[in-house]
Amino acid sequence: MSKNSVPNTQNKSVISRLGGQKFIVLLVVVGLIIFFSAVSPDFRKYSTAMSILDYSYYIALMAIGVTFPLITGGVDLSIGTGLICYSLTGGFLIVQKGWPVWAGMLMALLLSIVIGLLNGVLVSIMNLPPFLATLCTCMITRGLGSIFSNRLGISWPTSGTPGSWFRNIFKITVNGTKIPLGFLWVLLLVAVMAFVLNHTKIGRYTIAIGSNKEATILSGINVKFYHIMAYVISGLFAGLAAIAYSAVFSTVQPGTGAGFELEAIGGAIIGGVSASGGVGSVGGSLIGVFVICLLKTGLPYIGLQANWQQIITGLVLIGAVLVDIMKKKKEKI
Amino acid sequence: MGEVILTMKEIDKFFPGVHALDHVSFEVRKGEVHALMGENGAGKSTLMKVLTGIYKKDSGTIIYEGKEVEFHNTREAQSAGVVIVHQELNMLGHLTVAQNIFIGREFKKGIAIDDKKMNEEAKKLFDRLHIDIDPTETMSNLTVGKQQMCEIAKAISHDAKVIVFDEPSAALTETEIEELFKIIRDLRKQQMGIVYISHRMDEIKVITDRVTVMRDGTYVGTLITEECTKDDIINMMVGRVIYEDPKQKSMVAKDAPVVLKVEHLNAGRMVQDVSFELHKGEILGFSGLMGAGRTETARAIFGADPKESGDIYINGEKVTINSPEDAVKCGIGYLSEDRKRYGIVVQKTVAENSTMATLEKYVKGLFIDKKAEREVSQEYVDSLDTKTPSINQLVVNLSGGNQQKVVIAKWLVRNCDILIFDEPTRGIDVGAKNEIYKLMNKLAEDGKSIIMISSEMTEILRMSDRIVVMCEGKKTGEIGIEEASQEAIMNMATREIS
Repeated sequence: MSKNSVPNTQNKSVISRLGGQKFIVLLVVVGLIIFFSAVSPDFRKYSTAMSILDYSYYIALMAIGVTFPLITGGVDLSIGTGLICYSLTGGFLIVQKGWPVWAGMLMALLLSIVIGLLNGVLVSIMNLPPFLATLCTCMITRGLGSIFSNRLGISWPTSGTPGSWFRNIFKITVNGTKIPLGFLWVLLLVAVMAFVLNHTKIGRYTIAIGSNKEATILSGINVKFYHIMAYVISGLFAGLAAIAYSAVFSTVQPGTGAGFELEAIGGAIIGGVSASGGVGSVGGSLIGVFVICLLKTGLPYIGLQANWQQIITGLVLIGAVLVDIMKKKKEKI
Repeated sequence: MGEVILTMKEIDKFFPGVHALDHVSFEVRKGEVHALMGENGAGKSTLMKVLTGIYKKDSGTIIYEGKEVEFHNTREAQSAGVVIVHQELNMLGHLTVAQNIFIGREFKKGIAIDDKKMNEEAKKLFDRLHIDIDPTETMSNLTVGKQQMCEIAKAISHDAKVIVFDEPSAALTETEIEELFKIIRDLRKQQMGIVYISHRMDEIKVITDRVTVMRDGTYVGTLITEECTKDDIINMMVGRVIYEDPKQKSMVAKDAPVVLKVEHLNAGRMVQDVSFELHKGEILGFSGLMGAGRTETARAIFGADPKESGDIYINGEKVTINSPEDAVKCGIGYLSEDRKRYGIVVQKTVAENSTMATLEKYVKGLFIDKKAEREVSQEYVDSLDTKTPSINQLVVNLSGGNQQKVVIAKWLVRNCDILIFDEPTRGIDVGAKNEIYKLMNKLAEDGKSIIMISSEMTEILRMSDRIVVMCEGKKTGEIGIEEASQEAIMNMATREIS
C-alpha cells in the first residue's frame, strides 16, 4: 500500500467493481453466444452446446482449483499434465489391473492430492517460487503418467461396457436426449468452493496471504498450513478434472496435457483473479473459462482455425491483465 | 496518573558489535501518555520490540501488573494486554475492516466464519472509540488515518492495558492527528498506559504527560512534560560527547561557482518546495530525522522519482531530468543508502561494476573492450585504495567500505562532478569509515561537489561545509559549519510545523 492518503469517496466501489468485472465477463459470454449463433447456423445446434459443455468441464474444474493458489499470489502449472497423469493412473488400474472403477477414481484423486501437497510443501516450506516449483511437478507428472501407462494411450471403460456408469455422471441420455449433467456438478462445486473461499478460514487466509503475507504471519496465523492448503485444493480439483476428462473423452494419451493449465489459469484471470494475488472469485473463474471455451469451440464455426483461437485468447488475456493493472493503479493514487 | 502498570528495569540488549540497549529503565503508569524520545538509533524501537517480544532481552526485568513477565512473541504480549501500533500498518488491503480486526481469531458458526457477528463486534469497538468507520468497508479504500484507527481498534479488542504508538502521526494529516489525539485522550481516561514515540516536539507538548529521553542505547532521563521546555528535551537528546573533532570552517573558496541549483522542488508529501545551492568543491550535509524527506529529495533530483514542479540548474544552465539516465548525462552520480539494492551488482566483478554506468565507452563494435575495462578499473582501485585481491574479484566478497569505493569508482569513471552520498557509511566499520571520509574530502579538494545525506550528527558535523536541515519534507534551515552545533541542527530538525 502506498502511504499516501487514499480518497475515501469510492465507498464499496471495489466490491461493486469486482462484481462489475464478473458481470461484464458474463455479458461477454452472452455476446459471444449471440455472435456465433448469428453468424453460423451450425453453432445453433444442440450438439454444439453439448460439445462446448463437454470441453468446459475439465477446464472449469481446474480453474476452480487453481483460483486458490492464484489468490495467494502464486500459480499452479502442474494441473494440466497432472490431469493426464491422474487419468492414466486411474485408467491403468481399472483397465490393466481390473480394479473397480470407483477404486481407480479414488486412486486418481489420492494421487492428485499428493501432488498438490508436494507443490504446497515446495512453495510454503521450502520457499521455492511457485512458478518454478509447479513447473518441476509439471514435468514430474508428465513423466509419471507415461511410466504408469507404459507410454500407451488408455481408455477408461467405454459406453455400453461394464463399468461405464461413470460416464453417465457427466452426460446421461434420457429418451434419446443427452442431458449435460456435468454442468450441474460444476455449478455445485463452484457454490461449495465459493463458500470455502468467502466463509471459511481456509478461504479467508488464502486471501490474506495474497494480500500481505508478512502481515498475515504477524497476525499469528499458521501461514505455512494455509498456503499448502491452497495447492492441495488446486491438486484435488485437477484430480476431479481428470475424472471429468476420462468420462468425456474416449482415450487419454500420455505426454499430453501441457497447455490445459493455461486455459484454466487464463479463464480465472479473465474472470477477475488478480495476477498479483489477493483478489478473485470462484464464480468469476467459471465465467472466464466459458469465454475461453466459447472461443475455442466457436471460432472454427466462423472459419477461423484453432491457431486463431489461441491468438485471440491471448489478446483477451492481455486485456484482462491490463484491467487488473489499471484497477491497482486506481487503488494506489 | 494512576499506579505503575509496567516497569522495565536495567534492560540490556546486544546485537553483533552493537550494545543496542545499555541498562535502560522505563515505566508506564495507568492513565498516562508517556513520550519516548531520542534521535535515530537511540534505541526507542528496540526497547519497545523487547517489550512486545519481537526481540529477546539479554538481561533486565520487565514487571507488568505486579508480576515479572517475558513475552516470546507479539501474540503472547497481545493476549496479556500489551500491544503495539506499528508505524507501518499491518493490514490486509483486500479484506474488510472487521475481517482485519479479527484476523486469526474469527468468530465461527459451525465451519463458517460468522462475518455478521464480527461486523457487530467491530461496530461496538468503533462506538467505544467514538469513530465512524463502516466495518464492512474494504481496508484499502480507507485513508491512512482511518486505517490507523482500525489498528487501534484492533489493539483495544485484545483488551489492551498498555498501548505503544510508534510514530503514529508520521503519515497523518492535521485533522487526522486531531482525531487521533481525541482517541488517545479517551484511552487515557479509560486508565490505559500509553507509550507515544514521536519526533514532533509540538505533539509531545500537547498530548503527553511525561517524556523519557534515550540516547545511543542509554536512558537519559524522564521529565514531566508540563515542567520542561523544548530546549530541555533537545539538550537531553543531543548531549553526547563527540569523539571526532567537527570541521572548524568551510573548505570552500569564497568565490566557488554554484554547480547545482535546485529551486522550489516538489515531489509528493516528502519533498515540498525545497531549494538550495551546491558550490564547486563543497560538501553539503543534509541532516534531519528519519522521514524528513532527504532521500526523497535526492531521488527526485536524480530523476529516480517523478517531480511535480521545480527547476534544476547545472552550472547556471537549466536542465530537465526525468530519469536517472538524464541525471547521469548531467554529471550527477547517486550513491544509494541501500548499496546492495541500488548501488552495485554483487555477483559481478570489481571491473564490471566500475564500468557499469559508462559501458558504451568501453564497447568496441559488438563486444566489450575488456582490456580498456581492466585498465580503467585498476586505475581507480589504485587511486581509491580499494582493498581487493584483484579487479576480477566478485564484489560480494569485499567488505562494506570497499564495496562503497567500487560504487564511487563507478561514478568517477562516468566523470560525474556532482555526487550524492546517501548515508555513505551505513553498515561500514569505524576504520573503513575514516577512509571513506578521507576519500570524500579528497574528492571535494579535487573539485567534485558532494551532497551528503546522513543521519549521524557526528558525521554531519565532521564532514560538511554547510548543512541543510529538513523536517517532514520541508527545508527548515541552512547553516554554515562555523555556526553549526548539535543543538542548532536538532532544533531545526524538530521544528514545529503549523
